[in-house]
Amino acid sequence: MNTPVDQTPAIEFRNVSYRLENGKELLHRLTLTVRRGETLVLLGRSGSGKTTTLKLINQLLVPSAGELFVDGRSTRDWDVIRLRRFIGYAIQETGLFPHFTVARNIGLVPQIEKWPASRIQQRVEELLQLVGLDPQMAARYPGELSGGQRQRVGVARALAADPPILLMDEPFGALDPLTRAELQQEFRALQQRLRKTVVFVTHDLNEALLLGTRIALMEDGRLFSTHTPEEFLQSDEPLVTAYLEAFGADNHRGKRGQP
Amino acid sequence: MNVWQFMLQNHTEILDLTLEHLWLVGISTLLAVVVGIPLGILVSRWPVFDKPVLGGANIIQTIPSLALFGFLLPAPWIGARADRLAILALTLYALLPLIRNTYAGIKGVDRAVIEAGRGMGMTDRQLLWQVELPLASGVIIAGVRVAVVVSVGLATIAAAIGAGGLGEFIFRGLAMVNNAVILAGAIPAAFLALLADFSLGRLERHLSPR
Repeated sequence: MNTPVDQTPAIEFRNVSYRLENGKELLHRLTLTVRRGETLVLLGRSGSGKTTTLKLINQLLVPSAGELFVDGRSTRDWDVIRLRRFIGYAIQETGLFPHFTVARNIGLVPQIEKWPASRIQQRVEELLQLVGLDPQMAARYPGELSGGQRQRVGVARALAADPPILLMDEPFGALDPLTRAELQQEFRALQQRLRKTVVFVTHDLNEALLLGTRIALMEDGRLFSTHTPEEFLQSDEPLVTAYLEAFGADNHRGKRGQP
Repeated sequence: MNVWQFMLQNHTEILDLTLEHLWLVGISTLLAVVVGIPLGILVSRWPVFDKPVLGGANIIQTIPSLALFGFLLPAPWIGARADRLAILALTLYALLPLIRNTYAGIKGVDRAVIEAGRGMGMTDRQLLWQVELPLASGVIIAGVRVAVVVSVGLATIAAAIGAGGLGEFIFRGLAMVNNAVILAGAIPAAFLALLADFSLGRLERHLSPR
């Protein structure tokens, strides 16, 4: 992998392994660099180690071996609370606080960072607009929103304190296909504007192809390969081919369907 | 003389004993809340403690109430006055539902919600006060409700050791073999229990997550 020489990578895994207490290895010697401003998609089936990889970045999990650098600094040297507030985190809609209004959910990190109330309110309004939600939604509770709206709130919450890095764990996983496609397009447009460093977990190949600058394919706790979407579509590695076939994405390659 | 005539004639004494009853229940519930909720939080944070704490509270619960009053009698300061003794015993009985419900309430909070909060950089204390306790509050109030209803009933036994309360009438009526006197204690006690159950039930529903 070629790291740009002019700047430190946003995130760097060096031989990182993660084992459960019972000895089961969920991640095996991962070496991976995430460049500034790119959207790296971790693609793989359930149990392949994608979410484990993501949680290692914000220290929800601690490496059993190897070392991990965020913004050029080993996670061992980061204060864990500071590190997490430096990184936005969005997961499936269940991660919203059901007893907080939309405004309080979005303003969570600013609130624990002790921003003045007026600034938080202003930021919340800004973010609601950014993710395409009506300002009147601010007073609602997550339970009163649709799945798509909840997910927009989740993205807004992750962006609240303007973190340079964003971790997203299947954020659109629970949505119906139409809403999902809508949010993917919007997120893509948003990302082209904001240029955050994003690590995005999904098992959906189409999502990976649409949103990824690069796709890291994982299997059985190992990194199998990293490709740009174009390279991915050209690749004839068996695992890549298996994915393309499973998703019927062969047409992406410009091949014709069956006669 | 029927029970209503008796109650009418003795209404001042009934009122006094009712207030005494409320005081025994109120103070002991307050103490149990102050001790039980932190213990429930402790147990939810450090699972090492869950066997000794929940086990201990369970054992107390199995001791018959009259026997517990007897056990506590030799205790210094406590044993010197009947009302202190009664309050301590009632507090001990109220602990189990409070510890257990606090623990269960916190454990019942959606893991994804906790993990999201932690992942965004909330400290353990912020998670506890802003997320776990508010989301567990309905279950915790349900524990208070059980504790209060049980205490109202148990507090009648406190009269046996001279701590007062509505049990006075019940024991007096038993001695006199007079149902009207027994009921003059039992009816207000039952009414108190129902009232507590109803009002705490309202609060519980109000606090449960929408």
